[in-house]
Amino acid sequence: MSNAIIQLKDVNKWFGEFQVLKDISLLVNQKEKIVICGPSGSGKSTLIRCINRLEEHQEGSIVVDGNEISDSTKNIEKIRAEVGMVFQQFNLFPHLSILDNCTLAPIWVKKMPKKQAEELAMENLTRVQITDQANKFPGQLSGGQQQRAAIARALCMEPKIMLFDEPTSALDPEMIKEVLDVMVDLAKGGMTMIVVTHEMGFAKEVADNMIFMDEGRIVEKAKTKDFFDNPKSDRTKLFLSQIL
Amino acid sequence: MNFNTLRKSIPQIITIILFVSVIAYFWSNTYSNMEYYGMEFGYDFLKKAASFDIQFSLIEYDGSSPYYRAYFVGLLNTILVSVLGIFFATLIGLIIGISRLSKNYLVSKLAEVYIELFRNIPLLLQLFFWYFAVLRALPLPENAINFGDAIYVTIKGIYVPKFLWSNFNYFISSFIAAIIAGFIVFSYAKKQRENFGKHIPAFFISLGILVVFASSGFIFGLVDLEFEYPEIYNLSETVFNFRGGVTIIPELLSLLFALSLYTSTFIAENVRAGILGVDKGQKEAASSLGFTPGLTLRLVVLPQALRIIIPPTTNQYLNLTKNSSLAAAIAYPDLVLVFAGTALNQTGRAIEIITITMATYLTLSILISIFMNWYNRRIAIKEK
Amino acid sequence: MMLINNIIKPKTINQNTLVIFGSILVALSFLDVVLLSVFNINLTGSSSGISFFVPLFIGFIGLYYIRFEHTNYKFINTINKNLNSDWFNSILTLLSVFILLKFIPIILNWFIFDANFVGTTKEECTGDGACWIFINVWLKRFTYGLYPDSETWRINLAFILLIFTIGVAYFSKPKIRTYIILFLLFVFPFIALNLISGDVAGLTYVETDVWGGLALTLIVSIFAIIFCFPLGVFLAMGRRSELPVIRYFSVGFIELWRGVPLITVLFMAANMFPLFLPEDIFLDKLIRCIIGIILFEAAYMAEVVRGGLQSLPKGQYEAAKSIGMGYWRMHLLVILPQALKIVIPGIANTFIALFKDTPLIFIVGLLELIGMIDLAKTNPKWLGFATEGYVFAALVYFIFCYSMSRYSQRLEKRLSTER
Repeated sequence: MSNAIIQLKDVNKWFGEFQVLKDISLLVNQKEKIVICGPSGSGKSTLIRCINRLEEHQEGSIVVDGNEISDSTKNIEKIRAEVGMVFQQFNLFPHLSILDNCTLAPIWVKKMPKKQAEELAMENLTRVQITDQANKFPGQLSGGQQQRAAIARALCMEPKIMLFDEPTSALDPEMIKEVLDVMVDLAKGGMTMIVVTHEMGFAKEVADNMIFMDEGRIVEKAKTKDFFDNPKSDRTKLFLSQIL
Repeated sequence: MNFNTLRKSIPQIITIILFVSVIAYFWSNTYSNMEYYGMEFGYDFLKKAASFDIQFSLIEYDGSSPYYRAYFVGLLNTILVSVLGIFFATLIGLIIGISRLSKNYLVSKLAEVYIELFRNIPLLLQLFFWYFAVLRALPLPENAINFGDAIYVTIKGIYVPKFLWSNFNYFISSFIAAIIAGFIVFSYAKKQRENFGKHIPAFFISLGILVVFASSGFIFGLVDLEFEYPEIYNLSETVFNFRGGVTIIPELLSLLFALSLYTSTFIAENVRAGILGVDKGQKEAASSLGFTPGLTLRLVVLPQALRIIIPPTTNQYLNLTKNSSLAAAIAYPDLVLVFAGTALNQTGRAIEIITITMATYLTLSILISIFMNWYNRRIAIKEK
Repeated sequence: MMLINNIIKPKTINQNTLVIFGSILVALSFLDVVLLSVFNINLTGSSSGISFFVPLFIGFIGLYYIRFEHTNYKFINTINKNLNSDWFNSILTLLSVFILLKFIPIILNWFIFDANFVGTTKEECTGDGACWIFINVWLKRFTYGLYPDSETWRINLAFILLIFTIGVAYFSKPKIRTYIILFLLFVFPFIALNLISGDVAGLTYVETDVWGGLALTLIVSIFAIIFCFPLGVFLAMGRRSELPVIRYFSVGFIELWRGVPLITVLFMAANMFPLFLPEDIFLDKLIRCIIGIILFEAAYMAEVVRGGLQSLPKGQYEAAKSIGMGYWRMHLLVILPQALKIVIPGIANTFIALFKDTPLIFIVGLLELIGMIDLAKTNPKWLGFATEGYVFAALVYFIFCYSMSRYSQRLEKRLSTER
């Protein structure tokens, strides 16, 4: 038993007849930053969505912060409160202001008083540098601003782990940097992060370990330097040559 | 005056001239026609005695009441069937709409069949079907379908017990007090939540208060409720009927059935569009923040779904109210039948009566339109 | 919970065995309900009419045994995913199937097995089911109303011409098609009208009072649709006009007709219109009603078209103006073709609603299909067949409306993929 805050052991998942995750085993330590890359359809998103049970795995075990993820309900909401998630499509609540987006969960899930929640929200909004947008609505913000707001919203639950599902894939090129900067800052602050992305520059700067997935399997896992300088598998080499 | 203003004014002036001349043409024709036929014009007939009976009325009325009272009887009957219809249509529409979204193939298919069936058959036909086919198949009073000796279902109508209150005002005041208490509870709960993060089940507490207050009247002997049960008796040797209690006439029932089922199909489609219209990612984002499904529904899905559902549904409510005028086809004494039907036939004052009738419906429509516009402006999701 | 799960549904027994066992239980429950509803054999139920509890329980257990994530039978897997995903769903499924099993035999009996199809008099309707003889005998009246039998060929001719012309338009080149459509819209109605009412070319005059049945429904609908569409487009354009007088007139007109029930419009047409006209001009009640319907539906059409005009990007208007197009040319060539395409579903819905509203003319004394059925069912020789008549009418209307809405859905799909 190590410091591992997330443990996946022999996880298998099917969508109907199609097997999307094959014998996934993974250990993630606290404060570790992992970047998962791979071709589309390789199961990367499904993997991290299994960690907060947005998807259900059929075989194997997933343990997050000492809690086994299974069908038991009490379990799920507690785990989700510790695991923050940032989506490709931002998924901000359009009918609430940015500030309300951020305070909604602390007030209703953590039962925080409103004032305290708003202070926490403003702290996080400052962290992602959109304090002046606090009273605007998501529809009035640019893509980059929305994604940063989404990150702030996730941070307001004070999670131990942050999952990122291709956070910059839906952004216009000029807005990718502002979001990545926020993520780098987050990483430097010591957050445990699992990021699914194609942004290799970001990966090289921030990741401790790299994972390459293909056809539902973890093909290669290595320290970042080794991964880029000396990829072991041929498939990894092929993939890296295509995107770098 | 430059060319542009001229170009813009000419079509408008022509329109006004056309409009005025057409109105003048109609007016003069009407005037000479009315003179020719000896018809009078004026609204004083409203005060004259109506001298016809109305089968079903929510207020006191008989043949000696003036025409304007007959108008109100009709109006109240229209409102009655509309309000009840709106209630049932919404309820059924909600259930069918949600069923239509079920993962269960059978349930969703059955809901689809229901919607297609009741939507593609004209309302008038459905009305006739209920009135002439279904309700005619009910038994005569002597063989009435009996529910606990209190409710009787027959071909002449449904008979239910009449509520006889003593000190009804005490009951009403306790009700009002409970509602006020409820407001206080909700605002107290909100303050507690915002200031201290304490969550109180305000809804259930208010419900409890309502029950306690409402029953307090009975417990302390201030309010009393008795029932007058319908009883069967011999109208003649072979004909039986019920007296006492309250009669729900088959005309009202069939109109209610037809309106509710027909309108529910449109409401079901609106509900379905509303729920589908909320992006799947919204539910996922809420789940990932730790919300329970109940909270997700209440705080994230429903507010967005309602914005999509309410405008067309309000339109359907308006349609239902206008469709209630089909009562004329089966002699349910609604506004159209009583006023634009019987009263018109008796007095011959076509123009006055039809104008009043149309104006009534028009007022209703405009009121609902204004409400709709206000609601839409208030809840509009702000965009760039 | 897990413990009970393991006792009742132990993992040690072969999955296939459990699945087969469960399927047998479910089949038994269905059999029980069928026996009760079709053959009236009451094996397990209580004496009340809804004796579902025992079969429900058996079926529930059966579905529980079948419920596995992944079995070896494809059929069972499909059922599990769709109908048996959890206990709540399984109950819904069982109840739905039971309701179907209970009512479908009754309906089939009434419609087919116990019904009488052949005959000419009321006495030949001996079965418990529907008396379709009633429909057979009255079919000609239901279709043509009180139109004299010897002349009904004229109505047939008019409709055959209509379908033929539409067919020709469908298969011809676009340029010819425009002319054919213009012909259909502006010339054909008058030809058809003259053909059917007569008093020209040696045809005997048939007054509109006797027109009726399905033919009348179709005549009224088609006429109303043809005229309410352009009127609606004009009103929509008028409502968006910059000229205040025109705009206010359009708004007033639209809100007036949208705010009142169609019945009051028809009453107005029947009772008030005659007063507006001088004594020597007499308009048929039928024509007055059609005018009323046209005005009424044009208001709804206007709102639908307005939605399309509004959703068109401003750039289209600007581009057309910038190449020198005037107001009318711009709308005719650029704006309307696009805007109308966007709101085809709304237009189709308005047409379907119009078709469903036509029966209301019955209330002012014009005997279209429903009116004829009413006439037939009160005929002393044929009392008591209201149900058959209305079911027949319902079928006719359903076929028309359902086909129209299906066609409009297909049209919408086809046009949206084109873009």
